[in-house]
Amino acid sequence: MQFEFNSAEPIYRQVAEQIEDAIASGGFEEGQQIPSTTEVSKEFHINPATVLKGMNIAVSKQLIEKRRGLGMFVTSGAQGRILAAKRDSFYEEFVVNLVKEARNLNISEDDLLALVKRGYDQ
Amino acid sequence: MSVLEVNHVSKSFGSNTILQDINLAFEENKIYGLLGRNGAGKSTLLNIMTNRIFPDAGDVKLDSENINDNDTKLGLMYLMSEVNLYSNGTTLKQIISDTELMYGDFDHSFAARLIDEFGIDINQKFGKLSTGYNSIFKLILALCVPVKFVLLDEPVLGLDANHRELFYSELIQSYSDNPRTFIISTHLIEEVANIISDVIVLDQGRIMLDQPVEDVLAKTHSVVGPAKDVERYTKGLNVIGHDTMGTIKANYVYGDLDDRPLPDTVQLSNFDLQKLFIFLTNKYEGSMHSEN
Repeated sequence: MQFEFNSAEPIYRQVAEQIEDAIASGGFEEGQQIPSTTEVSKEFHINPATVLKGMNIAVSKQLIEKRRGLGMFVTSGAQGRILAAKRDSFYEEFVVNLVKEARNLNISEDDLLALVKRGYDQ
Repeated sequence: MSVLEVNHVSKSFGSNTILQDINLAFEENKIYGLLGRNGAGKSTLLNIMTNRIFPDAGDVKLDSENINDNDTKLGLMYLMSEVNLYSNGTTLKQIISDTELMYGDFDHSFAARLIDEFGIDINQKFGKLSTGYNSIFKLILALCVPVKFVLLDEPVLGLDANHRELFYSELIQSYSDNPRTFIISTHLIEEVANIISDVIVLDQGRIMLDQPVEDVLAKTHSVVGPAKDVERYTKGLNVIGHDTMGTIKANYVYGDLDDRPLPDTVQLSNFDLQKLFIFLTNKYEGSMHSEN
């Protein structure tokens, strides 16, 4: 885990997002145990209740599951589900802003498409 | 459920009013940050809470019982502060034994680990300790006594960055293994900002803020954009500070934003505890009321 925290967003939400990102990137593999609440708390100096709250978000999204007496593990299919959700929000999160910024810069639709093609060709 | 309550506590030294009608309740198993500028009254408050000095008015109760001269209740609290309660000629080993006698128990295995990690020699005399090791030794005592309320007044005074890191990690480990209440008074706000669950800001003897950190941060808003738009947008809001850079202005708001429409030119984000503390305890023109 390579946590980096900012002050603009609640820490528990950042904990949940970072777990999600680590699973999406394959840093945490399916079936693998993730660090415990105490380990994360100690390492990043975050209140254990805050870390737990973040972990519980990931549990409610069924990305990790608690195995009694053992700890938290990445669920099977977690990576696929995260990537599918990211694809669903790709238009809203990236394309809308891309087009908006292109318009601000007077880049035409054709020019933008050409730039996208250039990106793929590289 | 244990609760440590401070009720209507006031204290003056001569003509100097240090605390004015302080009301607080500390709940079980939370980590509180007690923040305030130099001379705000933090140490006086912690000393009153542990019966080291007496309030002029008001009282302190633990589980509804007044702590004044109440050995049973005082045995459930430990205050680590800059004041040295031990004689310079006593060895650290002896101080540990004395502390164990006084509190009835002591976590020797945890102490041994801390002594090893911090690299401290317990056969040396207390008076020989440097400022940093003086703090470290007192912290070890505070973490190893069997109490429900641990009060730490400037715990990292004189500690280098490595030892501060180690202390925060061990504090969290100790809290996880054995949940209890910690009340930490410190000037190093950024270092404890994510560790504490609740924040109390004391300013000129009064409580400015007493809330869960999460709720506090949700009410911080920095509003940045062209000065005119920022002024219009923040009109009537609790603006506690500002920055300007030419015609661009940042207004810092503490409190809820209503449904007012946000102009395209203005950007909203949250700001951190240290910034909030500085604004609340700096005298800023106009609205100085805290939003509780």
